[in-house]
Amino acid sequence: MQELANIFIKSIFIDNMVFAYFLGMCSYLAVSKTVKTSVGMGFAVVFVLGITIPINYLLENYVLKEGALVWLSEEFTTVDLSFLSFIMFIAVIASMVQLVEMVLEKFSPALYSSLGIFLPLIAVNCAILGGSLFMQERAYTTIIEATVFGLGSGVGWFLAIVGIAAIREKIRYSNVPPALRGLGITFIITGLMGIAFMSFMGIKL
Amino acid sequence: MSKSNLLSKRTKQLLSDPLNDNNPITVQVLGICSALAITVQLKPAIVMALSVMVVLSVANVIISLMRKVIPSRIRIIVQLVVVATLVIIVDQVLRAFVYDVSKELSVFVGLIITNCIIMGRLEAFGMANGPWDSFMDGLGNSFGYAWILIAVAFFRELLGSGTLFGYPVLESLGVYELGYENNGMMILPPMALITVGVIIWIQRIKNIKLVESK
Repeated sequence: MQELANIFIKSIFIDNMVFAYFLGMCSYLAVSKTVKTSVGMGFAVVFVLGITIPINYLLENYVLKEGALVWLSEEFTTVDLSFLSFIMFIAVIASMVQLVEMVLEKFSPALYSSLGIFLPLIAVNCAILGGSLFMQERAYTTIIEATVFGLGSGVGWFLAIVGIAAIREKIRYSNVPPALRGLGITFIITGLMGIAFMSFMGIKL
Repeated sequence: MSKSNLLSKRTKQLLSDPLNDNNPITVQVLGICSALAITVQLKPAIVMALSVMVVLSVANVIISLMRKVIPSRIRIIVQLVVVATLVIIVDQVLRAFVYDVSKELSVFVGLIITNCIIMGRLEAFGMANGPWDSFMDGLGNSFGYAWILIAVAFFRELLGSGTLFGYPVLESLGVYELGYENNGMMILPPMALITVGVIIWIQRIKNIKLVESK
């Protein structure tokens, strides 16, 4: 239990997707103009990460890894399909996003109308594929750990985008140098937020 | 297209626009993730820029050749499959020939798949133009991407660790004896953001028409 809490906290604050690895920066910059849309986008990312990482975990451990196919037949102990992982992961992500979109549209129109426009964007959000690739690289031992890591990364991304959106809403009233307006100042503020988040790095979990 | 206008005014513009007026990173805001993460040193930055160049120009040509037969509903998946296949090839080549750099780039080679420059250009250009123009567009945009990457990596490596391509430039110039010390901040992730922010700032001071309205 404690182990899981550690992974959760670590993936939110210490290994924050945005501030430590710059993942999902494109949508982070594009959708963070108002707090409302960024909350929608943030939820969609948490949701999709929470679904795709366990699926990709199963795929990695029962199909792709060296010797993972041993449950099919003893002959497959030396088969290593890990070079296919990019294409498999992205296929899972793209189809899950499509599936989630359809399920939401059918069963929860309210949620669909708030998340709907963000879902197609998410298929190409590097935070999602990055999450799966980090899961593969760090080799979590159980599916629960992987899921917790996915949710934690999602929450970290959510915090980052809502934070920057709130700052961007306020900064509209300030006197920013013209050439820095918009994109430039957002980069610099994100850098400053990243420095703030670095203070978590010293925490040993 | 006949041979005589292979390098017409339009194609030249396709090559030169992304370097400044329509730069993929500082103007179109595409492909930021990788631009920031792998710019601690020059070598991985250049390898990354070359990989993106190969993937982007080849994918743009393939998509442009297939543009009339791709149903628009599933175009994203088709594009992803084409890009993912190319990235797997690039990844295997990197592992075979420059293993240490490939290790350093870790997940970011895989993340070329979701590099928004690639998807963005495929959507905006490859789907609507012929193969030769698409190839030029791919090349132009990857040059635009490459110069930002190399500029950021140059400053981060020089100021952060005092080296260029691993060669101790500052030490051989004798700067340390004057009391200079490396700025350790430059190696850390947040400074990449600030460096790009400053590049955008300088670019927009020079190029007034890029300044955003309030």
